[in-house]
Amino acid sequence: MGLFILRRLGVMILTALCLTFIVFFLTNLYPNLEKLAKTQGNQRMSDEAVTSYLGKNGYLQPLPVKYGQWLGVLPGHTFTDDEGKITGRCIKRGMEPADAPTFCGILQGDWGQSTVFKADVGEIVSTRLGLTGWLMLFVMLLMVPSALIVGVLAGMREGSKLDRSLSTFSIASTATPEYVSGVIFITLFASSAGVKWFKGTATSAADDITFENFFLPVLTIALYGMGYIARMTRASMTEVMTAQYIRTARLKGVSFPNIVMKHALRNALIAPFTVIMLQFPWLLNGVVIVETLFNYKGFGWTLVQAAGNNDIELLLACSVVAVFVVLITQLISDIGYVFLNPRIRIA
Amino acid sequence: MEPLSWTGSLSVLNPIYLALWAAFGIAVIAQIVLSFVSPSAEMQGSALAAKKTPGEMAGTASRYLFLGIIALTLIYLIGGILIPGIENKGIVGAISARFLPVWIALVVTFALSITFKRKLGLYGKLFDSFVGMIGFAIVMFWVFTGVFSAMDLIVTHDPLSQVSGMKNKSPGEPLAGAEAGEYAFYLLGGDNLARDVFSRMVSGSWVVIQIAPLATLFAFMVGITLGLPAAYYGGKLDTFLSFLANLILAFPVILLFYLLVTPEIVATGLPSYMASVLFLFPIIFLVVLFNSRFYTQPSKQKVYVGGILIVGLLLYFSLISQDRTPLNFWPDALDLFDIPGGVLVVFVSVVFVNSPTVFRIVRGIALDIKTRDYVAAGQTRGEGPWYIMLWEILPNARGPLIVDFCLRIGYTTILLGTLGFFGLGLPPESPDWGSTINDGRRLLSIYPHPALAPAIALMSLVLGLNLLADGLREESLKD
Repeated sequence: MGLFILRRLGVMILTALCLTFIVFFLTNLYPNLEKLAKTQGNQRMSDEAVTSYLGKNGYLQPLPVKYGQWLGVLPGHTFTDDEGKITGRCIKRGMEPADAPTFCGILQGDWGQSTVFKADVGEIVSTRLGLTGWLMLFVMLLMVPSALIVGVLAGMREGSKLDRSLSTFSIASTATPEYVSGVIFITLFASSAGVKWFKGTATSAADDITFENFFLPVLTIALYGMGYIARMTRASMTEVMTAQYIRTARLKGVSFPNIVMKHALRNALIAPFTVIMLQFPWLLNGVVIVETLFNYKGFGWTLVQAAGNNDIELLLACSVVAVFVVLITQLISDIGYVFLNPRIRIA
Repeated sequence: MEPLSWTGSLSVLNPIYLALWAAFGIAVIAQIVLSFVSPSAEMQGSALAAKKTPGEMAGTASRYLFLGIIALTLIYLIGGILIPGIENKGIVGAISARFLPVWIALVVTFALSITFKRKLGLYGKLFDSFVGMIGFAIVMFWVFTGVFSAMDLIVTHDPLSQVSGMKNKSPGEPLAGAEAGEYAFYLLGGDNLARDVFSRMVSGSWVVIQIAPLATLFAFMVGITLGLPAAYYGGKLDTFLSFLANLILAFPVILLFYLLVTPEIVATGLPSYMASVLFLFPIIFLVVLFNSRFYTQPSKQKVYVGGILIVGLLLYFSLISQDRTPLNFWPDALDLFDIPGGVLVVFVSVVFVNSPTVFRIVRGIALDIKTRDYVAAGQTRGEGPWYIMLWEILPNARGPLIVDFCLRIGYTTILLGTLGFFGLGLPPESPDWGSTINDGRRLLSIYPHPALAPAIALMSLVLGLNLLADGLREESLKD
C-alpha cells in the first residue's frame, strides 16, 4: 500500500511538471507575450518597445531557463538598466537588490505576481479558492444525497414506473450543461419573464452567502453532475438487487424496505463512491462556467480572467491547483475503493 | 400589425391542454406513491390478482392522459400547417409551418425504417425500443433542420442581418417596415443586435450538425488507432500512451480551450500543426484496416490501399493547407475546399479533447477481449497483430463503441456550446448555439428569449442523443 501511494505520488508530480511545462510553453509563445506587453504598456506600442519591455522583465530568456526560474531551481532574472538600477524577478517593490533572495520560485513558496490583479498570486489563488470551496461544499451537500436517493429509488425495482420516471430525469439532467440550465433557471426564477425568487447574480455571495443569491448557482452545478451519479448508483443498485443473497433474504420473508435499507444499500454504494470522487474534476469545469454566468468571483472566474489576459503566473498557479485536484481525487478514489471493497487488493 | 399570440386561433384548446398536463402529473405522482403503499404486483403474482389495484388504475390513467397530450400537441403542430393566414396560426403554428420540410423528411424516414426494420440490423432494431425511437426522432429533427437550413428552406430571415427597430423585441413581433416578399414577423423575437432569434437558432443547428459528428468520428479514429495497440502490445507503449492520455485528461477542458483557441495561438499556427497530426490518423486507420485485410491478396491490396492513399492524402492536404496560416503550401488547383476561419481550430481542439477518453474506452474493451479464445485461435492461425486488432477485436467491441459514439456526439455538442459560451474559436457573429447563449446572457433577467431559444435547442439535441444511446444499448444487449 505504501509503495502504491509513493508510486502514485511520483506519477502525480511528473504529470504536474509536464502539464505546467505545457502551459508555460503555450503562454510564452511570442504572440502571447506581445499581447501581454501591450496590455501592460499600451496598445500602440512599437515593436522595439515591446521587445525592450519583454527583455527588461526577463521574458526573452530561453524557455527552460524561465521555467527553471518559475520552479525556483535557477536564480531569478535580474536586469540592470542604463542608470545602474537593478530590477528583477525576485526583487519586490521597495526592496534593496542586495537583500533579495537569489531563488524565488514555487519551491520557495513564491508564486509570483499577477499582471491582471497586480497582487501576489498565492494570495489571489488562496482567497478565490476559499470562495469556490463554499460553492463546492454546497454543491456536494445538495448533489450527493439527492443523486444517491434518486439512484437507489430507481434501482430498487428495475423497470417500475418510478424507475422510468427517475431514469428519464437523470438522463435529462446529464443532457443539460450548466450554461443551458443556468440560463433556464435565471429565466424562470430570476427574471421579469418568470418569478423573482432568486437573484440572477451571485456577486454579493462573496461577502455574505444567502439562500437567495447562492441557490441558483449551486443548483445549476449540482444538476449536471447529479444525473451521472444517479445513473451509476442505479446500475449498481439493480445489480445488487439481483444478487443471490437478496433473493435468499426475500425467500426468508424479510420485508422489502428492510432488504433495501439493511442488505442492499451498503453494497450498492461502493461503486458510486468512485464516481463521486471522479466527479470533482468535472465540477471544476462546471464551476468555471457557473462562476462566469453568475459573476461569482471565485477560482473559475479567476481562471477565465487569467487565461483571457495571458496572466502567465496566475494561469500557471491555476493549472497547478486544477491538476492537483484531479490527481488527488483519483488517488483518494483508488484508496477509498480498496477500503470499501475488501475483495480488491493493491499489491 | 398586431404581435402574434402563441397559439393563434387554436387558443380555445389551451385550457384543455393545461388540464391534461396537470392531470398527467397527478396521475404519475399518484402511481409512484401508490406503488410504495400497496405491494407491487410482481410480489403477489399479478396473473392471479383479478382486481385492479389503485396503482394500476393510476398507471392506465396516466397512459391515456399521455396519449391525449401527444394527440393535442399534434393538433397544434398540424393545425399550424393547415390553418390559413399567419395571424391565425400563432407562433407555435407558424414555426410548425416553417418546419414543414423537416416534418415530411421525418415521416418518410420513419415510414421507410419501420417498414424495412427487420432487414436493417441494429439500426432496424432501434425501432423496437420506444425510448430509442424518441431519441432518434429528436436527433433526426435537428439533422434535417440543419441540412434544410443550409439549403435556405426554414429560416425566415438572414441570421446575420439586423433590422432597425427590432432590438430585443419579444416573440411574435411584426417586422418593422416589412417589404413585400419578406417574412412579416420575428417568430421568436429579436436579439440585442436586432437579429431574428428563430433564424439564428435554426442556422445554429447547421454548425453543430457539421462539426459534432465529424469531430467525434475523428476522435474515434485517433482513439482506436492508438488504443488497440496499447492494449494488444501492452508494456512500455501502453504505459507511455496511457500517461499521455491521462496528462490531457488532467487538464481542465476550459483551460485547454483558452490555451489553444485564442487568436494569438492561432497566429502561431499551433492548431494547424495539431491538425496535421490528428488528421493523419483516419488515413493511417483506413490504410492499416484494408492492408491487413487484403494482405494475402496483393492485387486487391494494391487497389484498395492505393485508392485510400490517393483520396485520403488529397483530402488531407486540402484540409490542413489553409490560407493565412503557416501551413499554406498546397497548390490551389488541388485544394478542394477551404474551411472558414475558426471552424478548423474549433474542430481540432474538440477532437484533441475527446480522443484521450475514447483511447481509454477502446483500451479497456480491448484488454478484456484480448484474453478471449478466438483471439488466441487467430494468433495460432498465424494472423498478423493488426489483423487481429482490427478484424477480430474491433468488430467485437462495436456494441459499447456505437453507444459511446452517440453519447460522445452529445458531449461534443456540449463542448462546442462551451467554446461559444466563452466566445472562443468561432467568429462572434456566428449563429452557433453557444455564441448565441453568450450574447444573450448579459440581458438575461430583462430579455430572456434570445438566450432561451438556443439553450432549449441544444438541450433537446443532447437529450435526443442520450435517449438514442440508451435505446441502442438496450437493443444491443438483447443479442
